[in-house]
Amino acid sequence: MSRIVVGPFNRVEGDLEVALDLDNGLIRSAQVNSPLFRGFEQIMIGRAPLDALAIVPRICGICSVAQSAAAASALAEAMGVIPTVNGKISRNLICATENLADHLTHFYLFFMPDFARPAYVDRPWHDAVAKRFTAVTGDAAAEVLPARAGFLRMMGFLAGRWPHTLAIQPGGSTRAITVGERIRLLAQLREFRGFLEKRLFGDSLAAVAQLASKDQLLAWADGRPADFPAFLHAASDLGLDKLGRADDAFLSYGAYDLFPAGTWQAGQSAVLDAAKIDEDTTSAWLAAGKARHPAQGETIVDANKPDAYTWCKAPRYAGQPYEVGALARQLIAGHPLALDLVQRDGASVMARVAARLLELALVLPTMESWVQALQPGEPFCTHGEMPDDASGTGLVEAARGSLGHWLSIRRGRIERYQIIAPTTWNFSPRDGNARPGPLEQALVGLPAGEGAPPTVQHVVRSFDPCMVCTVH
Amino acid sequence: MKVLWLQSGGCGGCTQSMLCSEPRSLFDELRDAGIEFLWHPALSIESGEEALTILEDCAEGWLSFDALCIEGAMLRGPNGTGKFHLMAGSGRPLTEWVARLARHAKWVFAIGSCTAYGGFSANTPGNPLEACGLQFDEQTPGGLLGAGFQSAAGLPVINIAGCPTHPGWVVDTLEKAALEGMSGADLDEFGRPLLYAGELVHHGCARNEFYEFKASAQKQSDLGCLMENLGCKGTQAHADCNLRPWNGSGSCLRGGFACIACTEPGFESPGHAFQETPKLAGIPIGLPTDMPKAWFVALAALSKSATPKRVRNNAVEDHPVVMPPIRKKGGGK
Repeated sequence: MSRIVVGPFNRVEGDLEVALDLDNGLIRSAQVNSPLFRGFEQIMIGRAPLDALAIVPRICGICSVAQSAAAASALAEAMGVIPTVNGKISRNLICATENLADHLTHFYLFFMPDFARPAYVDRPWHDAVAKRFTAVTGDAAAEVLPARAGFLRMMGFLAGRWPHTLAIQPGGSTRAITVGERIRLLAQLREFRGFLEKRLFGDSLAAVAQLASKDQLLAWADGRPADFPAFLHAASDLGLDKLGRADDAFLSYGAYDLFPAGTWQAGQSAVLDAAKIDEDTTSAWLAAGKARHPAQGETIVDANKPDAYTWCKAPRYAGQPYEVGALARQLIAGHPLALDLVQRDGASVMARVAARLLELALVLPTMESWVQALQPGEPFCTHGEMPDDASGTGLVEAARGSLGHWLSIRRGRIERYQIIAPTTWNFSPRDGNARPGPLEQALVGLPAGEGAPPTVQHVVRSFDPCMVCTVH
Repeated sequence: MKVLWLQSGGCGGCTQSMLCSEPRSLFDELRDAGIEFLWHPALSIESGEEALTILEDCAEGWLSFDALCIEGAMLRGPNGTGKFHLMAGSGRPLTEWVARLARHAKWVFAIGSCTAYGGFSANTPGNPLEACGLQFDEQTPGGLLGAGFQSAAGLPVINIAGCPTHPGWVVDTLEKAALEGMSGADLDEFGRPLLYAGELVHHGCARNEFYEFKASAQKQSDLGCLMENLGCKGTQAHADCNLRPWNGSGSCLRGGFACIACTEPGFESPGHAFQETPKLAGIPIGLPTDMPKAWFVALAALSKSATPKRVRNNAVEDHPVVMPPIRKKGGGK
């Protein structure tokens, strides 16, 4: 047995280190360390409640409006305010824009460059993949950055800017869209659709959305000159359709009234009961104590705690680790492709990435219908009073999974603010029952160390981790 | 110009924003200006050992680079150990890496307000993270590298402040340094490049007509000026946000919400709620910095009394309810 420490893991958002115990070149156990602490939950305490809207986006530069939306939902519940119809559509559009842009950034800039590594130089697909996806200099980067920047112009209209907007308010949006801007938004969506259909899929979004099984997916991809098919080809060759399985327990808070909330395990979906969520600090450099529901949660630093190895808490649902992300959303929504991929091989690198890209095909057409439903002249925001004592919960989906905010207000100030971010779920450490988190489980049995292929890199990045959120 | 980039106590949003650079794709734009990333945590292929080797070689002076870009606050805690951010794989505090690397850099750029002045990380009461900027603790010179620090180019840390930074601020500053060089005259007192910090957010604000007449928004989503009631600091904040649009056509003001002065040191704890304007005897405290208060009040009273009905009514709606009048030939009025 030997131990290696892998880090820094770049092309993830934030800093990440993984300690691996190896036995004959295979991982026997893994410890995932989030080596940065940020302390945002403390920053909020004592502030005016609506200040959360200015502070929480700064937790994360990639899930910025997801953080805003979670805070706005929690504050809306505290105020007893319901956003206007336009306000709700605007929020959905803003969140969907960030999430789809994230899927794109992740695939092209963070995830695919690993397939261009020299380790794969003898694979038949390597030359083409290296030409297209080499970090920074590959052909794809020159096309995807303008496509991404163009798509994010949606934010210029809807949110003023991205990241870090104050446009999302408890009662809706500060930014009313005009008739002329509605036309511009649709044009922007068409432009992005063009990129996806031409470069990413090599087919219409409708055709991709209808793929219903792994066999259909691979048959569709065969010989198709586009980027998602190129990934599927390489991933099949490397067996990434069978690598990276965690516990196959999935959770989603539901997104934009399009994908439902719920859990999914062993072929069964179930209703989500947020009261079953708690956070355990056993392996974190945080004060020990029994696991707490986030509405009663605490974050107290204990930097020298023996046996702790990360700044990340361990969230659990009914005492179990759960995986969150696009795959979880699509399983719970019952998409046949996600169901078939997981029921055949369990969650895998291929299934996670396929689910993310599937969401591009599913959500973009819906965004077009949302824009058409905006009614200029009708209110974009409603208003209410902030009570002196109240509490609220905001549950949303960021690109990489479920994000929850729990706040309580006392005497007109924030008394407690707790956040569970998507990667806190996925990259959680061992809990009080010594149960590893999803990534820790997913790495077991993989090759690593001297001379090993970069499998660990693929599995880590298949979760699209956001470490800065994790350690808020 | 070879750029080495590291991230610490921040959100990564300045990199995400930079990737929105337009009109050309960021990589093409920088490449043609002779700027390349020696290593960037969000973009480069090298991971783990390979990345650490690059950093170690740079820190020892064996591998040359020109610009050190740091994104995120420097976390010196707990108790000066730097343990709040040990760089993955190295077991060493990121603050130590930065100090070692800064010695070999021709230019040191603080990317974003966290890196420049400490950011939200430094704004927990009592600052338990012991967070600071590279060369400032909020407004006070010092920070991680110390008030006297100069990079090999003879300049202090160049503070590209903003939360986040506009892609143009970063790209233009890097290109200025790479192609023309920079001197102290290119920076303001807080180390910000004047190429964007020489303007005020107020300049070019699309709400200027409402400002002129002090036709103020009363509530979120109103079209009126956000200064009197909703906390806008555009008349005091140094940046060209309304001259250099964000994401194609946007800005905070165009998005309908207040400028919270995110390019200013200490913006994180303004001493009042972000979205409310603090007032004394009904008059906003934070008036334009270089205008005599009595004049401001007098002019405000005068312009309020001259406000056209169109401006007054539209200020408190989220869409125009009174259109500008159309002057017809020979109509006489």
